[in-house]
Amino acid sequence: MAPKASSFVGPGALDVSFEVNGHPATVHIPPHRTLLDTLRETLGLTGAKKVCDEGTCGACTVLVDGKAVYSCMTLAIACEGRSVETVEGLARDGQLHPVQQAFIDHDAFQCGFCTPGQLMSIAALLRSNGAPSEEDVTRAVTGNLCRCGAYPNIVAAGVAAARKAGRA
Amino acid sequence: MKPFGYARPRSVAEATRLLGDDAVAIAGGTDQLGLMKSGIAVPERLVSLSGLTDLDGWTRERGKGLRIGALTPLTDLETSAGFARILPVVPQALALAATPQLRTMGTVGGNLLQKTRCWYYRDEAFPCWLKGGTRCFALEGDNRHHAVLGAEECVSASPSDLAPALIAYDASVELRGARGGRTIALADLYQAPHGAKRAEHTIRATEVLTAVRIPEAALARRATFLKAMDRKAWSFAVVSVSVAARVRDGKARDVRIVLGGVAPIPWRARSAETILEGRALDDATCRAAADGAFADAEPLKDNGHKVTIGRELVRRALRSLADA
Repeated sequence: MAPKASSFVGPGALDVSFEVNGHPATVHIPPHRTLLDTLRETLGLTGAKKVCDEGTCGACTVLVDGKAVYSCMTLAIACEGRSVETVEGLARDGQLHPVQQAFIDHDAFQCGFCTPGQLMSIAALLRSNGAPSEEDVTRAVTGNLCRCGAYPNIVAAGVAAARKAGRA
Repeated sequence: MKPFGYARPRSVAEATRLLGDDAVAIAGGTDQLGLMKSGIAVPERLVSLSGLTDLDGWTRERGKGLRIGALTPLTDLETSAGFARILPVVPQALALAATPQLRTMGTVGGNLLQKTRCWYYRDEAFPCWLKGGTRCFALEGDNRHHAVLGAEECVSASPSDLAPALIAYDASVELRGARGGRTIALADLYQAPHGAKRAEHTIRATEVLTAVRIPEAALARRATFLKAMDRKAWSFAVVSVSVAARVRDGKARDVRIVLGGVAPIPWRARSAETILEGRALDDATCRAAADGAFADAEPLKDNGHKVTIGRELVRRALRSLADA
């Protein structure tokens, strides 16, 4: 079937459907609503944090189709039909994701506010690189600011998480 | 953000019909949404280019050079081993650009069309000349990040790391409008804002940037990208230097020196290129060219360091071509 000629939708709210942490979700939102606000305010998933809200700090990092992105600079409407993963989806069946456990083991946070974003950036890295070096992990979290300065432990946790996942 | 209408066309032709003065294109959105959140851009409608899947990806045809679709994510060029064999300077430049998230979201076309980072331009409270106001606040204000070369009414600095690297390979861009297409030199996509031209880009409101082309002959050049930043990562260029040349028997030909972060446009240091043409890339010659690249510099009160740093980066980049 030929694609339908497109026209504009909005600016009022409309239904947008995508997958969130493996479950289908339909939200009724206007086109200017960001993915971050949709996750937090419409879907009640407050793991992704709203800090700079301008694509600078990384606290809102989630995965879209398996890749780490800033949800504050992503329109929810642009996620139609795609897969979104948040920190709430990392643990499975009551078991922490290896990177979550590694953050605890390595004391990789102080205030913890940047942690969900750090976790998602490293989770994305581990999918494409099963044995990342310290440099790989450092590069992966370049876009995630930690003002407590927990970087060395974050990097150590990322490297250890890969080893742990490899053994699992 | 002000509410807006939204469309996601499936073809370039459809996109060009939907675009207009109040309907602007959005690709990765990393710059466009920033401008909209800060009230600098307030379009009535957004035309998402994300459905134009034909524009995602690159191809090389023997004899025809390299063609990069404008919707190709920056990450894909950064991490492709095949692409790195053809044009390694691009992944070199991209590895230092922005953050992994922004490179995943951002596209080639969006990077080339991003607006200046001038903090007066980006702040809604300042009615600066580039936004239609009466004066350039950076000229008298805090201008550490601004231009030292080629500025007229506006002293903004061109932010892209990718554009200078591509211009060093004589890149051109394909633009498609409702009434047909045109191909222009990538360098001509940029203009120093002046007079009635209060914009850094020459693309028309109804045009879509569809692809970047590199001619086959230019691919024989070797190149180096160097970038000075305020921090080791996630920083726009204080100065970036892209140099390219064909080097045979120790002599440089087709030399290109293109600077980012120092002028309102990606800045080609043509007189410095001339100094090197046909010459050996020894230290004295590279130093002379580096001095030449900044001979016309007119630093503002806070950005004289760009000249000092820029000269040294040009010298180092040129020297690296000799050693390559």
